[in-house]
Amino acid sequence: MNSERKNFFQNVYTSIRVYLSTLFHSSISRILLWFAPILFLLVFFFQPLARIITLAFDSSAFTQKNFDIILSVAGFTFYQAILSTVLTFVLGLPSAVLFSRFNFRGKSLLRALTAVPFMLPTVVVAAAFNSLIPSQTSYTSDTFPFILILTAHVFYNTTIVIRIVGNALSRLDPKLEAAARSLGADSFHVWKNITLPLLRPSLLAAALLVFMFDFTSFGVILLLGGSNFSTLEVEIYLRVLKLPNLPLAALLSIVQLIFTLIFSILYTRTINQVTTQTAPRFSASRPPKTIRERIFVFTFYLLLVTFFALPLISLPIRSLTRLEADRGQRGEVQYGFTTDYYKELFINRRGSLFYVPPIQAAANSLGYASFTVFLSLALGYPAAYALAKPTRLEKFLDPLIMLPLGSSAVMLGLGFIISFGRSLASPWFVPIAHTLVALPFVIRTLQPALASIPERLRQAASTLGASPFRVWQTVDFPILSRATLSAATFAFTVSLGEFGATLLLTRPEYPTIPIAIQRFLSQPGGLNFGQAMAMATLLMLLTTLAILAIEKLRLSDSGEF
Amino acid sequence: MLEVRDIFKTYENKPLLRGISFSVAQGETICLLGASGSGKSTLLRMIAGLEFPESGHILFNQIDLAQTPPHLRDFGLVFQDYGLFPHLNIFDNVAFGLKMRNIPAAQINSRVTEMLDLVNLQGFENRKVTDLSGGEQQRVALARALAPSPRLLMFDEPFGALDKSLKEDLLNQIRAILHKTKIPAIYVTHDQDEAFTIADRILFLHDGEIIRDGTPDEVWNHPNSVHAARMLGMGNVVEGKVLEMKEERGKIKVFSEIGTLDVECGHNHSTGDNVSLLIRQSGEGEEIKLTVEDVLFDRDQFQVKTGSAALSGEAVSKGGLVIHMKDAPKIGEIIRVRVKVECLA
Repeated sequence: MNSERKNFFQNVYTSIRVYLSTLFHSSISRILLWFAPILFLLVFFFQPLARIITLAFDSSAFTQKNFDIILSVAGFTFYQAILSTVLTFVLGLPSAVLFSRFNFRGKSLLRALTAVPFMLPTVVVAAAFNSLIPSQTSYTSDTFPFILILTAHVFYNTTIVIRIVGNALSRLDPKLEAAARSLGADSFHVWKNITLPLLRPSLLAAALLVFMFDFTSFGVILLLGGSNFSTLEVEIYLRVLKLPNLPLAALLSIVQLIFTLIFSILYTRTINQVTTQTAPRFSASRPPKTIRERIFVFTFYLLLVTFFALPLISLPIRSLTRLEADRGQRGEVQYGFTTDYYKELFINRRGSLFYVPPIQAAANSLGYASFTVFLSLALGYPAAYALAKPTRLEKFLDPLIMLPLGSSAVMLGLGFIISFGRSLASPWFVPIAHTLVALPFVIRTLQPALASIPERLRQAASTLGASPFRVWQTVDFPILSRATLSAATFAFTVSLGEFGATLLLTRPEYPTIPIAIQRFLSQPGGLNFGQAMAMATLLMLLTTLAILAIEKLRLSDSGEF
Repeated sequence: MLEVRDIFKTYENKPLLRGISFSVAQGETICLLGASGSGKSTLLRMIAGLEFPESGHILFNQIDLAQTPPHLRDFGLVFQDYGLFPHLNIFDNVAFGLKMRNIPAAQINSRVTEMLDLVNLQGFENRKVTDLSGGEQQRVALARALAPSPRLLMFDEPFGALDKSLKEDLLNQIRAILHKTKIPAIYVTHDQDEAFTIADRILFLHDGEIIRDGTPDEVWNHPNSVHAARMLGMGNVVEGKVLEMKEERGKIKVFSEIGTLDVECGHNHSTGDNVSLLIRQSGEGEEIKLTVEDVLFDRDQFQVKTGSAALSGEAVSKGGLVIHMKDAPKIGEIIRVRVKVECLA
């Protein structure tokens, strides 16, 4: 009797314990995991977003004048984005064919070269294109800066076309083209009836992505176009800092947000169509054979090398060359090689743009970047853990976590200004904004690595006597360390190069490298220009090192963006 | 009709095809049988115009095709794993070749219907390629190749991925269609069963050369080479040495691993030559003794693996012969088997 009772209680105890532990593992632990990331997003993303929406639908925003501005700005935004996309395809499509169909010496190096601009901060690209202009000429017409903007967009985004369309091309079963030819189709009909229709999803996806980047372009247009070109993004910035009209800025952000959301939904749909065609990779690339093929490969090889290497080389060269007199400089000017621009970065001149030596901007940037790394990892880790084993809760939260990607950096800045107007004196808001931008990338880097760890490994370790901490230390950590390092580097790079939000949020006494470059560029004189070049060269070096680190750490090449 | 003359081709600096010549007559189906990597698919792609020989000629009705691009050759090609256009429905797949020839729409409609009838896929016009089973896809591929009435039809291992019963079914259909349409055809495979089912003539491709060319019963009864015998799945090949030449023409005495045997031979051997012998079980052959090493149940008979037998002289059999018996012998037992022996080389 006694032992029966004991058994009964033991059974009850066990079942309660099992119930509690499943309950804990299913919901409580998930809520704990989600607590910090969701709180962060609520305070720093959704709350500002709500403020922007409220302000935008404030009756004071709905004036005829505002609508006229929005219409003309949106019109130009579409116009330049469409033109840029078309031009990007003019260069990108033949390059995609070049990389997917032909083998030639230096192919992988050239491919890497075309991908470099995509990772570079906008200020570096803008500075690089500035360095190509003979000297700081004042333009008599708007045509030249507009061409410069379009060229910079092509420079940025050609790699997208090469990656997405090139991948699709190399996944195209060569047998299908052979079948079409044996059925009587000449080259034109093979291209029109087989190749083009099969590439359509990837062409569309690439076009949408390129268009989206051109549509939301900010730094390139602001720094290369001067005050004459206003896209939605630039106009938001102007309406916050230059011609303050916050309701109009809010309305512009909403218009911008709606468009980017539509484009990203369309993009997600088309890229899914691309990836569902999971044909194996075909090694259809071969050395060029006929004369026409050789001419094609040679021409595009030269074109790509020139186009992509020229700005990247010209930037450091200009940072070490004096071509014009500095402002206020009199008498004999020493032209040619100089390290003055770098030396000047360490000197705090009276009447300079800063109250501190310009190199202080680099220290600020590094500090912000470190904090961004810390914060985005601290928030990204629990979210990635929860997302690695998704339940219904995660399926709901996943798109919300990714939403900051769809909103522009300038809009984030605007939201902060509206929500935290008074406390913005604090320098902390800059890295917080950087974290919002970096967080989706960090989560997307950590999540697949976490999901790739089979639960069986952890179970095996614990049956062999490892405590939960030892399990994490011996199983999770070694697999995660690469992904963690990669995510950290990514967050670091994002923070180093972030321009839009920083421009709105930064305090004059705490400039970052991109802000310093922008200030130097917007001032006349050879010394300022030289220092902009020197600063941009430093940033390019830092970013390139980070890109190389990420490439080394990347577990597998997924090919998609 | 089709004549292939002295084709040479290297692949990655190694010779792949070394002087291939053969011809295909009106209404004839020939089969190129060879191991994977033997260059048979390359040969087919060259005839289709998708690749080019380094030297040699491909002629059709005495006209050299070297300058004719694939889309003007009017040859149909059925691919391994089908090569159907995934973005087109079944109708548009079958109609593709007809559209390329600018045939009026009404004629295309009736021709596609006719073709789908022929391959037993009535009413499949609006289906998607991805909705079809492997066998159905293969029949669409056949209909697509047949629709423009090509001057020659080629099959590149068309049934690699299909199961056996389906394969036999489709092979018989193709055979019937080829007989009906009288289109000359080249069929490439590594599967001897397929070759025997479909071919009027079988060509063995080995080491870049055609080592045997004959009707199915000719090559079965006289493979004439070790490689051909192996490709036909005849595993009982033993090595031997010619002891003496018999007076009777085409007969030699050979000392081999399984004993001293009287052998039929069409070659010009002399005493002391090394020869390979094909051993086949036969009711009226010579009797040899073998030791049973293992017995496997094989449906209506038993597969018996044999080892060295207690033979006269110092003969020691290394590898075992595999023979078939109605009743299972005991392991270790010495059995007597009547065999026909043929000299392969």
